[in-house]
Amino acid sequence: MADAASSAVIGRNAPDPELLLDMFGKMILVRQMEERLGELHKQGRTRGPIHRCDGQEAVGIAGTAPLRASDTVTSTHRGHAHYIGKGLDPHRVVAEIFGRVTGYSRGKAGHMLIADVEQGMIGGNAIVGAGIPLALGQALAHQLHGRGDVAVTFFGDGAAQAGICHEAMNMAGLWKLPIVFICEHNEYGLTAHARYQSAVEDLVIRAAGYNMPGVKIDGNDVLQVYETVGEAVERARAGEGPTFIEAKTYRLVGFSTSDMGGYQPQAEIDAWRPRDPILRTRKLLLELTGEERIRKTEEEAITACDKAFELALSDPLPDASEADVPEFVGAH
Amino acid sequence: MARMRYAEALRDALRSEMLRDDKVVLYGEDIGIYGGVFKVTRDLQAEFGDLRVRDTPISEQAMTYMCVGAAISGLKPVLEIMYADFLPLTLDALINQASVLPYLWPVRVPMVIRTQGGGGSGAGAQHSKSLDALVAHIPGIKVVSPVTPADAKGMLTAAIRDPNPVVFLEHKLLYNTSGEVPDGEHVVELGKAHILREGSDVTLIANSKMVLEAEKAAEDLAKRGISAEVIDLRSLRPLDTDTIVASVKKTSRAVVINEGWRFGGFGAEVAATITEQAFEYLDAPVCRIGGFDRPIPYSQPLEAAVLPDAEKIIAGVLAMDGRAG
Ligand SMILES: Cc1ncc(C[n+]2csc(CCOP(=O)(O)OP(=O)(O)O)c2C)c(N)n1
Repeated sequence: MADAASSAVIGRNAPDPELLLDMFGKMILVRQMEERLGELHKQGRTRGPIHRCDGQEAVGIAGTAPLRASDTVTSTHRGHAHYIGKGLDPHRVVAEIFGRVTGYSRGKAGHMLIADVEQGMIGGNAIVGAGIPLALGQALAHQLHGRGDVAVTFFGDGAAQAGICHEAMNMAGLWKLPIVFICEHNEYGLTAHARYQSAVEDLVIRAAGYNMPGVKIDGNDVLQVYETVGEAVERARAGEGPTFIEAKTYRLVGFSTSDMGGYQPQAEIDAWRPRDPILRTRKLLLELTGEERIRKTEEEAITACDKAFELALSDPLPDASEADVPEFVGAH
Repeated sequence: MARMRYAEALRDALRSEMLRDDKVVLYGEDIGIYGGVFKVTRDLQAEFGDLRVRDTPISEQAMTYMCVGAAISGLKPVLEIMYADFLPLTLDALINQASVLPYLWPVRVPMVIRTQGGGGSGAGAQHSKSLDALVAHIPGIKVVSPVTPADAKGMLTAAIRDPNPVVFLEHKLLYNTSGEVPDGEHVVELGKAHILREGSDVTLIANSKMVLEAEKAAEDLAKRGISAEVIDLRSLRPLDTDTIVASVKKTSRAVVINEGWRFGGFGAEVAATITEQAFEYLDAPVCRIGGFDRPIPYSQPLEAAVLPDAEKIIAGVLAMDGRAG
């Protein structure tokens, strides 16, 4: 029943309905996770702010879906969708955010610096722009190893203004490195709108200056993100060099849970709400799989999220003596 | 005198200096409409316009170079670097330009970098550092770290008027502390330490938030019959060696406390100075209390373990005195 419809909406390189369902479930999981983190922050139960990506889930989830575990990803301070998309265990992500020993770094890293080397997530970063040159180095290693692995780096429109972004892009273009630059253009840096940060509206035009293809996409369209990133990854695997993808999106909530707001006009938020990637993917799935499968996926995602929090919150905090461990010695 | 929060005292200084001198300009991320993430520049853009209070892109290196250039050409830029952890991005401009050019050319670089550091809030390994020693290492740059609201106002005023580059270190856990602040013009000369508490048995020398921990420790030590003198360094460079040395000559014991990493940290500079200038007065080696030599971990018990506090200062005093355990 769904076949005719799927070929109509889904083009070359596109996910089949099962994959779309999977991405939908992951987006729901991320949204749930962040909503729960937001509530717990209000109750004073988190340390430090939480950076939610409400409205941006499609970039993180569909942008990691075409990757294999040996492909590497660097993320930002706003990494939940990247983590879940790259296959990290929600329980251990939440545990890290609550500083528990079961977290990915046994509580040392906290909410902005989550990594899992085995899944190729290396990793979140709290220095704006820092993930970009780190991914450049990962791409260099991939090129040398010759196994066709690809480095993907996610960063914001704010980070795109950092000098290090330009330097990294130039080197990637110069050396034809297997790297995909994915800019999540959500219109704001911290509180300052992009118009106060960039001389050009579409950052993608910069790609020409680094001799790499640049593609501007609707970042709230799961299929477009999946297809574009998929193609860029293929190019990189084939030794054809880097791609710059500018995904236009919007963060529907504040910069972080400690954000006092006031700088995002309500009308702007209202205009973006109907473009919420979760709503859009749901609509698409309705035609492809029907309501029942959607419900089931939603329930599964919510259950997975419940379980992650239940486990994480009952896990112990590390012992103070662990502060003395000279370096992180692997998964526990 | 009015009671004021530390953040308000800083704002008071910025505003007064901007009213007094139209060459004073503010740059930084989110300092405009938003008033800075710690609200120090609140409403200043509305009052002075967006040419004098200007949001910058996230471009710390360019911003700092830009301020050096602007200062050479007659402006008095005050740059906000959101977290001290990002100071390394500014270091090239400080180490290779701001501190060098006035030595070689007939130019002045009257600029201030305001930033905040320190742990204790669970901000994690890239938002909690104290990099005092890193900036204090550079000749030609003043480095100050006021702990009271009154000093925050008086020293920021002095920093803006200073013809040299000044790195002005705030602490994220101080913004909401309050205290009496003199009304009107209030200038605190840079380079002068302050004896906060007189004592005769041991001198506790600290800066920034560690001064509060030293005061707590001194209270506790008093109950144990140990009289501690507490010195707030206020300025790391220039360093008020006279005040430090005079105190140590009186007490014969010194504990130096700095939140930054102990190894190669600022405490080592103070300890060496004491050893050079008051060795024969010392009854015990100078004790250094500093941050644990690790990145600052996130989880609460781990973070508490690596940061210096009153308890660790007390333990240091008791140990140097042979009175521990
Ligand atoms: C080098 C550096 N400068 C400043 C900051 C403070 N800061 C954290 S996130 C942020 C805004 C980042 O904007 P963007 O890259 O667009 O990401 P978004 O928050 O929109 O996802 C800023 C200024 C930082 N963490 N690192």
